[in-house]
Amino acid sequence: MANTDQEILEGLAEIVAEETGLDKADVLLEKSFTDDLDIDSLSMMTIVTHAEDKFGVRIPDEEVKNLATVGDAVSFIKGAQD
Amino acid sequence: MTSAREVVVTGLGATTPIGGDVASTWEAALAGESGARTLDNDWAEKYSLPVTFAATIKVNPAEVLSRPETKRMDPSTQYAIVAAREAWADAGSPEVDGDRLGAVVSSGIGGLWTILDGWDTLRERGARRMLPMTVPMLMPNSPSAYVSLELGARAGTHALVSACASGAEAVGYAADMIRSGRADVVVAGGTEAVIHPMPLGAFAASRTLSLRNDDPQRASRPYDIDRDGFVLGEGAAVLVLESAEHAAARGARVYAKIGGVGLSSDAYHITSPDPEGKGQVAAMRSAMEDAGVTAADIVHVNAHATSTKVGDLTETYSIRTLLGSDADHVQLSATKSMTGHLLGGAGAIESLFAVKAVAERVAPPTINVDNPDPELQVPLVRDEPAKLPGGDIAAINNSFGFGGHNVALVVQNH
Repeated sequence: MANTDQEILEGLAEIVAEETGLDKADVLLEKSFTDDLDIDSLSMMTIVTHAEDKFGVRIPDEEVKNLATVGDAVSFIKGAQD
Repeated sequence: MTSAREVVVTGLGATTPIGGDVASTWEAALAGESGARTLDNDWAEKYSLPVTFAATIKVNPAEVLSRPETKRMDPSTQYAIVAAREAWADAGSPEVDGDRLGAVVSSGIGGLWTILDGWDTLRERGARRMLPMTVPMLMPNSPSAYVSLELGARAGTHALVSACASGAEAVGYAADMIRSGRADVVVAGGTEAVIHPMPLGAFAASRTLSLRNDDPQRASRPYDIDRDGFVLGEGAAVLVLESAEHAAARGARVYAKIGGVGLSSDAYHITSPDPEGKGQVAAMRSAMEDAGVTAADIVHVNAHATSTKVGDLTETYSIRTLLGSDADHVQLSATKSMTGHLLGGAGAIESLFAVKAVAERVAPPTINVDNPDPELQVPLVRDEPAKLPGGDIAAINNSFGFGGHNVALVVQNH
């Protein structure tokens, strides 16, 4: 079942908040995972694992390095669901 | 031989089955409260477990840690962090050069919940669903590593593993780090979190667990004639050890001093102590020599005493062998009667109890001793706390582990 961009953003924000302790409201499309949200590679892989579960998609390891911002992740997940 | 660098205790922290911090744990210990309770789950039916109770942690760490912390730390690390934060704050959160600060926090078993959860995930859902933090969470050095990260301890981070002696060995190693000049301050302790059906089943299989399911609070009864095994506990204790000069220079409050460390091994049997107690005597003797104290100085022993017949009696035989008639003025306390057996955390919480006992001159009670074993060879503190004498005093904390590990620490007033 495909989600809207907004649903994906909200779902991703929940995962990021659980993993990092950040406020969900701070997880915005333009935020960089590393520079803005201070997420290290282990945390990023944890977020990816949870996101795959939540959205029923596969995010290949070689794709993860291309997901610089939250918006990149939302777009990738949306594309993978369609 | 007296060491040039004296080691003192300046901070204490704990989370145990009888309290979420040192104050509540110590108060409960002096009041003789048991931390054992019936488990609120279906393990007994589901796995045919013969035991239905344990001494579970009193305050869930989720109440004091942030959500991300509880997600990225095994429960054993969570307990250690709770205790370490309390100990560090209790020491006055000192400004310490990180190159002179160490962390030594042991666990007997390690991140067992994480190991078994990871195995379940792998079998049920495949490798791709495994969490990336699994390995750093399951490592037995994870509690020590997180304490080091938290405090910026760079003089060395260690996790000594010696089963139920681990926590005391950590304290001893920390004292040696200070005495050898490697560090000025070391945060030391032990932790364990294995109240899970697998170890409960395994300990039951080795016939070492009490099966007094109908009366959990009365199950841990070291030295009582009707004891039938130990009660599995969980939790952590952490002590801040410091060189006396460093503590004095910053005007720190000092609880007591760690005067001596004694280590030995039985090389006798993988689980049973040498019935002649030679290794236990050797550990206590070398700790006393290290501290420069004699039998006449020892007023209190926090016994390892797990509530198993052979273990309990061997230890009092060893104490009597070593101290001779001076054992008559020892106040012996078996605090596992209240906390249950914290395994890798046991040596740490019992070191903490010995420090509190010396600092406050009161020995905690041993509960549930309705009929003392006639072979008990040392005066036992029963039911009510006992006053310790004034003047210069020394106490011993004994911790012994499967594998034949013997650790004795001498605690003295400062």
